[in-house]
Amino acid sequence: MAGQIFAYITHKTGKADDSALELATAAGKINPDASTTAIVTGAGADLDAVCNEVAKSYKEVWKFNHDALAYPNAEAIRKLLVAVLPQDAILLAAHDTFGMDLCPGLSIKLDAVFAADIVDIEGLEGNILNVIRQEYSGQVSTHVACDITNGAVLNVRPGVFQPDDSGSAGGQVIDKSSEVTDLTTGRRFLEIVEAEVGDVDITKEDVLVSVGRGIEDQDNIEIAEDLAEAMGAVVSCSRPIVDAKWLEKARQVGTSGKTVKPKVYLALGISGSFQHLGGLKGKPFIVAVNKNPKAPIFQMADVGIVEDLLDFVPVLTEKIQEGK
Amino acid sequence: MEILVCVKRVPDTAENEIEVAGDGNDIERDDLVYSVNEWDNYAVEEAIQIVDKVGGSVTIVSVGDEDAEEIVRREMAMGANDGILLTDDAFEGSDGKGIATLLKAAVEKGNYDLILTGAQADDGAGQVGGMLAAMLDLPYASIVNKIETLDDKKLKVGREIEGGNQEMNEIDLPGVLSIQTGINEPRYVGIRGIRKVASAEIPVWGTSDLAIAADSVGEAGARVKRVDYFVPELGDGAEILDGTMEEMSDKLIELLKAKGGIK
Repeated sequence: MAGQIFAYITHKTGKADDSALELATAAGKINPDASTTAIVTGAGADLDAVCNEVAKSYKEVWKFNHDALAYPNAEAIRKLLVAVLPQDAILLAAHDTFGMDLCPGLSIKLDAVFAADIVDIEGLEGNILNVIRQEYSGQVSTHVACDITNGAVLNVRPGVFQPDDSGSAGGQVIDKSSEVTDLTTGRRFLEIVEAEVGDVDITKEDVLVSVGRGIEDQDNIEIAEDLAEAMGAVVSCSRPIVDAKWLEKARQVGTSGKTVKPKVYLALGISGSFQHLGGLKGKPFIVAVNKNPKAPIFQMADVGIVEDLLDFVPVLTEKIQEGK
Repeated sequence: MEILVCVKRVPDTAENEIEVAGDGNDIERDDLVYSVNEWDNYAVEEAIQIVDKVGGSVTIVSVGDEDAEEIVRREMAMGANDGILLTDDAFEGSDGKGIATLLKAAVEKGNYDLILTGAQADDGAGQVGGMLAAMLDLPYASIVNKIETLDDKKLKVGREIEGGNQEMNEIDLPGVLSIQTGINEPRYVGIRGIRKVASAEIPVWGTSDLAIAADSVGEAGARVKRVDYFVPELGDGAEILDGTMEEMSDKLIELLKAKGGIK
């Protein structure tokens, strides 16, 4: 018999994150009959709004309201969860920067198994939970068997499970704030430094010419700039280009960069990691140019060209210029 | 400051197409190009920069087979002082917790103020740093993209969070950090650098050196097991254009015009 299922809810300014409803669906894939408990931590008036919102999708909501939880410091929340979770609990969380911070260490403290970045759940066979993950930047998938005899901590990739928006759970909010004990940790939150504003705002552009690792060299950025100019578009990029300092951070598309909503998106030499695609919203028309036919971007794109962008893009640019 | 950096030898996904081997038990390993995990390389550079500023030494540690030695040596060539290789047949098939268990044993044989890992590696789990910190009961911060040394007991660290924002924290030492790419610009390692460390002694530690129970690691200790590799059957995916470069360009221009992609 598997342990009780919990979902840790992340929230901001009084609203639950999209992942909150996705975790409810994921819990149902572990056990369709499970009564899943949502855990909401924080401080102040915003918290009740989140709890009430989440109670539409979870039968039970545990509320922890405490000043020490005002900012979600994973180290403090880990201490709280270790104290309040029952033995053999299965805890679901989103595989985001908070879940990545919290969950590996939490699994050790609970002596539970940990599986990260789960993209699907096949279900339970006895005490074995079968899940699907990806490796090598999404180039291959793996079946993973987790022995949940002592419980499990499961990080679920945001956006892959349909949100459970039936809103029919009619859940009950239980105030557990009195169970909060000492949450002092060796890591203290100081402040959030907002991302720098660049000279372009890629979030407002209709057409983006986006470059990734396949551009190979800083000098080749020009190839993308020429195409963008010919199309009347703006250049954006994936993370490795910013890491290499070839373009500014404000041009980065992805969960750790900007969320963009263009009509047309050209992905040049971008493999298409989920962190990159997570920043691409509004179902744009996606064109992928990549020399690796296995690149995950081709699964997401509408049109694909299996060529080295360094060969193909100059031809395309010239053709567009000729046509004008 | 005494710093330990944990590194992993991985297939270089920028250089390789990863394919599933016939029986699904492994990926095709013939002709794969291996390198140090990219995140780990940033961690090594960061450690060296910290030691350049405040003094101390950098030690590289890797769990792997004998081939991992070249990676340890390469990272030492960047300017690290020592290297350690954790190798034993009993370590094969370790899950994340198994790897963290091995690293914990290695950490306890030294006296480190700071332990760095990469934020993630080829399996994309991003788990070993957080597990190691919890096992050692040390403070932890993940996805770190800025480190400032405050004094020998505290660091100020920035974590990369959603939207490109940065979460600033103060963290007590000793502590464990997982390092995000882009935190620095890792130095280039030339042939001369490699030659300098070619004869450096890299101790190899196995089960008995680490004083761990063999069944707590490796296949025997793993409660999370990769059953197989596969390529999922997905939707239709993209319409792949064919023809010459010119023909593909003409077709694409037509499509782009229809979608408002050419102004």
